[in-house]
Amino acid sequence: MTDWLTPDEWRAFALSLRVSLVATAVSLPFGIFVAYALARWQFRGRQVLNGLVHLPLVLPPVVTGYLLLLTFGRNGWAGQFLEQWFGVVLAFRWTGAALAAGVMAFPLMVSAIRLAMEAVDPKLEAAARSLGASPVWVFVTVTLPLILPGIIAGTVLAFARAMGEFGATITFVSNIPGQTQTLPSAIHVFLQIPGGDAAAFRLVIVAIVVACSALVLSEWVSRAVARRIRGT
Amino acid sequence: MTLSVTLRHAFAGFALDVAFDAPPGLTALFGRSGSGKTTIVNAVAGLLRPDHARIVADGVVLADTGARLHLPPHRRRIGYVFQEGRLFPHLTVRQNLLYGRWFAPPATGPDLSHITDLLGIGALLERRPSALSGGEKARVALGRAILSNPRLLLMDEPLASLDEARKAEILPYLERLRDETRLPILYVSHSAAEVARLANTLVLIEAGRVIRAGPAAQLLSDPATASAFGLRDAGAVLTLRIEAQEGDGLTRLAGPTGPMWLPRVDAPPGTPLRVRILAQDVMLALTRPVGVSALNILPATVRQVRIGDGPGALVQLALGDALILARITRRSAETLNLTPGLAVHAVIKAVSVAPQDIGDASGD
Repeated sequence: MTDWLTPDEWRAFALSLRVSLVATAVSLPFGIFVAYALARWQFRGRQVLNGLVHLPLVLPPVVTGYLLLLTFGRNGWAGQFLEQWFGVVLAFRWTGAALAAGVMAFPLMVSAIRLAMEAVDPKLEAAARSLGASPVWVFVTVTLPLILPGIIAGTVLAFARAMGEFGATITFVSNIPGQTQTLPSAIHVFLQIPGGDAAAFRLVIVAIVVACSALVLSEWVSRAVARRIRGT
Repeated sequence: MTLSVTLRHAFAGFALDVAFDAPPGLTALFGRSGSGKTTIVNAVAGLLRPDHARIVADGVVLADTGARLHLPPHRRRIGYVFQEGRLFPHLTVRQNLLYGRWFAPPATGPDLSHITDLLGIGALLERRPSALSGGEKARVALGRAILSNPRLLLMDEPLASLDEARKAEILPYLERLRDETRLPILYVSHSAAEVARLANTLVLIEAGRVIRAGPAAQLLSDPATASAFGLRDAGAVLTLRIEAQEGDGLTRLAGPTGPMWLPRVDAPPGTPLRVRILAQDVMLALTRPVGVSALNILPATVRQVRIGDGPGALVQLALGDALILARITRRSAETLNLTPGLAVHAVIKAVSVAPQDIGDASGD
């Protein structure tokens, strides 16, 4: 495939893969936690949290990107904090692209996991407690295995969404080849220059192949895991 | 090992206020649906935090609201058998059975093979719950609770979701458990037949209150409490020992005041049986009847006559030390002039005793 794509195209594809994998992996624990909180806990501000998580789904991506820039940019409060204490800079770096992709994909991940969580009978968890399992062990030995298909579905969905992230990314980290130029950004650039159609088309095919394989794989793994859980 | 419960809890439109002790053996909480039985066991398990409670099991205080003490459910060491079984679908039968072991101190509690033998589930260990029948699921749920090495067992209508054939399959296992483990068992039921067959101690619950509590044999033969079981279900239990198996398919038992016969009970001579005699199956005669088909004619003494609000009357009879109930009409009670102390004959058809009303009494 390296011969088929030019080095620039290959770089954009590899960067997108890295950004999406990191975004998905880092947001997964948070996704499980937020889904658990929304599904199981009654607390003040539950609706606010729910709205906040789903906001990127309804806001124009450019707005999300701009808000990220205001918060995590070099002059934003979170950006300054991260740079001073951890030496981490997000604005105009690939890590920033991962943050943008993670935020945009988060609602999809949370919804899928929450749906699976709500299907778990709390009575099973009560039974586990009566058998001596502390709440943490109940989660690890009962809840987690039972929601595994939902976690897989949510992760793959989030990964596919992260691969396609464009608006928030380009606003937050711009479009620097080799640094922040992800696959969709590269397609966008190729479409702007005369004669770039062929390169754009090659990347479009790559995007379609990645998205389709992700969906097929997720469906297949989810079914296999669900079969194992049901024991049939 | 005794469980002692004092409990007060207010729900919207319903208040629970109970206090009772459960000695070793099986204590049945009997009452209608909605009388608060499940709330009581959930509070004992720690799944519900009552307004006021003091719950002590085997000398260990599980909850004491006065001292702001509420042990979380996983520290109470209570085996809870739920109505729906609640087996973990993602684990095999073996993993389900051993689930409680992951959290118990090492090498405590009964042996896996002993319990699987006791419950007859040794062949199911590698299966998943989805591949089990209703009766098998109920037995695995029982085994899982016992293997967690509990201080006491709670059973919330473990047979309610099973049909009659499955119930008959499980009842002997429950009897064995009761007699072998010596754990206090708190057993929630609204079935008079189950209670009569299994309970050593009885706590009658009505609208969130204890209306009577005491030894099961005593409460079951008391005309005053019979209405709590429903008149058709009122009946006392007799403990009878098998004497011989007779050639024509009958089993002869040593009754309290003479021999009794029942359709074949498959057990060796000497086996003690717990037999429920329904009040409506007992007929009374002033003189020993002759030329009747009924096989069991036992001399008895009238202890108490309780005239009901309707056309019926309940008569408590003493057969030696044992007590049974007879349900007759008020008219018959008056015609026969039944008064306490009167010598009568109790007539019981052998075939009127249903097989599921004959249990094992080895542990009594």
